[in-house]
Amino acid sequence: MSEASAATGGQSELISLDAGELARRIHAREVSSVEVTRAHLERIEAVDGPGGVHAFLHVDAEGALAAAEAVDRAVAEGGPVSPLAGVPVAVKDNMTTTDMPTTCASAILDGWRPPYDATVVARLRAAGLIPLGKTNLDEFAMGSSTENSAFGTTRNPWDLARIPGGSGGGSSAAVAAGEAPLALGSDTGGSIRQPGAVTGTVGVKPTYGTVSRYGLVAFSSSLDQIGPCARSVLDAALLHEVIGGHDPRDQTSVDGPLPPVVEAALAGARGDLAGVRVGIVTQFSGEGYQPGVLAAFTDAVRVLGELGADVVEVSCPSFSYALPAYYLIAPSEASSNLARFDAMRYGLRVGDDGSQSTDEVMSQTREKGFGAEVKRRIMIGTHALSAGSYDALYGKALKARTLIVRDFTAAFETCDVLVSPTTPTTAFPIGERTDDPLAMYLADLCTIPSNLAGNAALSVPCGLAADDQLPVGMQIMAPALADDRAYRVAAAYETARASASDAGPRIPELRALEGSR
Amino acid sequence: MTAVSTPGVESAPYTVEEVCEQFDPVMGLEVHVELNTETKMFCGCANAFGAEPNTHVCPVCLGLPGSLPRLNGTAVESAIKIGLALNCQVRERSGFARKNYFYPDMPKNFQISQYEDPIVFDGYLDVPLDDGTTWRVEIERAHMEEDTGKSLHVGGATGRIHGADYSLLDYNRSGVPLIEIVTKPIIGAGVRAPEVARAYVTALRDVLRGLGVSDVRMDQGSMRCDANVSLMPKGATEFGTRTETKNVNSLRSVERAVRYEMGRHAGVLLSGGTIRQETRHFDEQSGTTSPGRPKETFADYRFFPEPDLPPLEPSRDWVETLRAALPERPWERRARIQTDWGLSDEELRDLVNADALDLVADTVDAGAPPEAARSWWVSYLSQQANAAGVALTGLAITPAQLARVIALVEEGTLTNKLARQVVDGVLAGEGEPDDVVTGRGLAVVSDESALAAAVDEALAAQPAVAEKIRAGKTKAAGAIVGAVMKATRGQADAARVQELVLERCQ
Ligand SMILES: [Zn+2]
Repeated sequence: MSEASAATGGQSELISLDAGELARRIHAREVSSVEVTRAHLERIEAVDGPGGVHAFLHVDAEGALAAAEAVDRAVAEGGPVSPLAGVPVAVKDNMTTTDMPTTCASAILDGWRPPYDATVVARLRAAGLIPLGKTNLDEFAMGSSTENSAFGTTRNPWDLARIPGGSGGGSSAAVAAGEAPLALGSDTGGSIRQPGAVTGTVGVKPTYGTVSRYGLVAFSSSLDQIGPCARSVLDAALLHEVIGGHDPRDQTSVDGPLPPVVEAALAGARGDLAGVRVGIVTQFSGEGYQPGVLAAFTDAVRVLGELGADVVEVSCPSFSYALPAYYLIAPSEASSNLARFDAMRYGLRVGDDGSQSTDEVMSQTREKGFGAEVKRRIMIGTHALSAGSYDALYGKALKARTLIVRDFTAAFETCDVLVSPTTPTTAFPIGERTDDPLAMYLADLCTIPSNLAGNAALSVPCGLAADDQLPVGMQIMAPALADDRAYRVAAAYETARASASDAGPRIPELRALEGSR
Repeated sequence: MTAVSTPGVESAPYTVEEVCEQFDPVMGLEVHVELNTETKMFCGCANAFGAEPNTHVCPVCLGLPGSLPRLNGTAVESAIKIGLALNCQVRERSGFARKNYFYPDMPKNFQISQYEDPIVFDGYLDVPLDDGTTWRVEIERAHMEEDTGKSLHVGGATGRIHGADYSLLDYNRSGVPLIEIVTKPIIGAGVRAPEVARAYVTALRDVLRGLGVSDVRMDQGSMRCDANVSLMPKGATEFGTRTETKNVNSLRSVERAVRYEMGRHAGVLLSGGTIRQETRHFDEQSGTTSPGRPKETFADYRFFPEPDLPPLEPSRDWVETLRAALPERPWERRARIQTDWGLSDEELRDLVNADALDLVADTVDAGAPPEAARSWWVSYLSQQANAAGVALTGLAITPAQLARVIALVEEGTLTNKLARQVVDGVLAGEGEPDDVVTGRGLAVVSDESALAAAVDEALAAQPAVAEKIRAGKTKAAGAIVGAVMKATRGQADAARVQELVLERCQ
C-alpha cells in the first residue's frame, strides 16, 4: 500500500476521498486510520517540498500516526467513535497546539511551543481527528496571498506560479492538493473564503461567536472567526459541528445551540431550493471584476434558479465603506493584540547582550521580528486610535460598521441568503501585488462585510474561469446564526454542479510540480 | 537617569498654617484596592499574596498568544457593593477598554480597565474627623481594572527600572482584580487638608473592610493611595498645577505626603517658581517627596473598547439585592454600639484599638451582657492572646462559647475564678464550656450543709482565729474563708462562705 502510493507520487486513491467517506471506511474497518494518515503524509512528502505547494510549516508524522493508531484500536474494540474519528486534518498555524510549534508564520514567534491547546484543537483531538501539522499563512493572518509569511510563500496547487489566497493559503492549498481532507482556517476579512475560492475548495466563516476563539492568536478580536476548509460542503459541515458550540473560555462565544449545518448540507444535497429567496448584491460586480469570474458566478446563479430559488437583486450601498472601515478597525485591534510580542516572555529576543535597556530590546525585537505588512498595520492602527485621530478614523469606522449591519438586516428581510463572487479575480501570479498593498486589499472586497457584521458566509467552488482555467468561488451569505441556510444552498448547488458535464477535476494534477521532477 | 534628591533641600517647607495664609489647597485622592476574590479577575488562578514568584499563573494572566479573558462575577459584585456603600449610581451598561502602553510587568502590554466607562459613579462618603465633625468627600467614580505583575529591579541606585542591572518579573499579581476609587477635587479643607486626606482613606478602609471585599492592607499593597495636590491663591477659582504623589503606603503617610507637598508647592510658588505637573514618590523615611522620571512624551493610552468582553449590564434586581444586604457603615455602627452599651469614648477607643469590637458585639449577640463581654475580651482574653502571640481573633474560643461561660457565671454555677479555668479549658481544646465544667469538675459547691461542714472544720482547725472572730475581729474571717476555698478547690462561692463563717461565730 505505502510502496504503491509512493511510486505514484503520493497519489493514493485515499487522498481524493471526502472526509465523510474516509470516516465511513475507517469505521467499517475497510481501511485503517493509520493507512489513511500515512497516505496523506506521503502526499505531503511528495508535493509539499521545495518548489512544491509548501502548505505546511510543520508536519508531525509521529504524533499523527500515534493518534491514528489510537483511533484504530478504538474502532477494533467496537466502542463508539465520533463521525470524523480517524480522519486527518491540518491546522492553520495561528491556533495553539501543545505538541507542535505555533508561529503565526512570524519570525517573532519562531519555534514557540504553547503550553495549551486551542479549544478547537482540543475538540479535534477529542473527536478523534488526526492533526497532521500546521499550515502556512500570511504573518499573523494579515494578507491575501500567504506571501507575507516569514517562512516562504505557499503555491496554488492549480498553478504553482500563483498565490493560493490568504491569509489561510496553507490550509486551503493543503486541502486542494490532497495533502489533507480537512483543515481549519481563521477568517478576519476573508481568510478562509478567498483562499477557498482561488483553490477550488469550500471555505466557511461561521457566525461570529459560534466557534471558540480561545487559542486563536488574535489578529482582530471583533472580526476573527475560525471555520472549516474542505473539498465538499458536507465535509465542511461535519468539521463545523466538531469545532463549533459554546466555550466558557471565550466570553464572546454564543451560549446556545449551533445551527444544524450537517442536516442542512444533507437536505441541500437533495437539490430542492423551491421558495428560497436569493439576493445578488449589486455592489459586487463591474469594474475590477475579472470577466471569467463574473461569467462563472452568473452561471452559478442560473443553476440556483433552476433548482427553484427566487433570484433577485439587492443593493447594499454601505458595503462600499466596508474596505476602508475594515482597514481601520482590524489594524486598530491588531496594534493592541500584537503589543504582547515584546521579547520578555517568549519568542524572539534581539539585542539582549546586557548593554541595552528593556525598551531597546523590545524595540529591536519588534523591528526584526515583524514583517513589513504587520508593521504597516500596527502603525495604521496605532495612528487610528491615537488621541488626535480616534474620532475621525476609528470612530468613523465603527459608524460605517453600524451602517453595514443595517444594510444586511434590510437585505435579509427580503432574502434568505445573499450571493456574490467570493473574490473579484482568480488566483493572481506570485509577486504581482506585493508592492501594491491597495491592490492586494481588493481581494477581500466581497468577503469583508460579513466579518464586520458577524453573519455567516461561505465560499463554494463554481468551476473554472473561462479566461484562465482557474477556480472561481461563489460566496453565500446568511444571517447570524442561520449558517444552515448557506450550507443548504451551497450543498444544493454543489450537487447540481457535480452532475454537470464541465465539472472538472476535484484535485488538481499538480502538472507544474510533476513536470519539474 | 534619575538624580537622588536630597530630602528637604529643594524647598524650605512651610507649615500648613503658613501655606493657608496665602493659598487654598485642592486635593484629589485615587485609591487602588485589590479585591480579595478567590480567583483573579479574568482567569481561574488563585488571588493570593506572598506565594513563590510565578506560581499563580496561566495562559490568560500571562497574556499568552491566543488566550482570552473571562470576567470574574464576584469582582463585579464587589465593585457594585463598593459603589453602593459610597452612595454611587450604578451604570446600567458599562464596559471594559484597553489601556495600551508598554511595560514589562504587564504581559499583554495593555491593561483591561473600565477607565472611561466605570460601573459606578457620582457618590460621596461622609468622613468622620478627629473633632467629631464629618467632612463630605465627593466620589467621581469607581472602576474595575486588572493589576499588573511586579518588577524587582536589581542593581542601580534607585530601585527603579532605569539604571538597574537587571529586572526580575513576578506575574502572580498579574490579573488580580483592582478597584480604583477616585474623588472629585476636595476644595475648602484649608489647614485641615492633610487630616481630611487621612480621614478619608481611613474611612474608606473601614467601609471596605466592613464590606469584606478586600484585605485593605496598605503595608501589603492591597490598598494604595495616590495623592494629587495643588495650590491656588486664596479666593481664586482656577486650580493650580498639581502633582501626583505615589508610594504612599500608610494612613499616616497620606497625611504627611499632603502636608509636605503643600509646603513644597508654597515654597516654589512664593519664590517665583512654577510647579511642574509630575509624578512624585513619597519617601517614608524622610517624609518628603522626590520627582519621578519626567515623561519624555505625552502618554497616549489609545483606549478603545475591549473586544474580548461583552458589555456589563447588571440587572436592577441584582443591584437592589446587593443594596439591601449592605452592612451598616462602620462609624455609624460604632456610634450605635457606644450608645447601646453605654461606653465612654475611651472605652470605645480601647475596644477598637484592641480589634475587639466585632468579637464583643458577637458575644453580646450571643446573649452576654455588654459589660461582661467587653471585660472578658479586653482583659483576660487579650492577655491570653498576647501570651500566645496570636491576634484576638486567632484565639480558640468563639463569642458564643464565651457567652455561655458568662451565662454560667450569671446563674451562679461558676465564680469568676472558675470561669477563667473554664475558658482556659476551651482554649486548650477541651471542648465546649459545659464539657470543661464537667471534665474538670468545676461547678460551684452550692450544697449548704457541705459548705457549713467545711466551715466548721476550718474553724475547728484554727481555734485561735475562731476566737478572734468571736471577739468581733471580723477581718480575721478571711483566713477561714481562704481555708474553705482551698478545701473546696475554689469551687465555693467565697461571699457565701464569708457569711457562713460570721454566722457560726456569732
Ligand atoms: Zn491565570
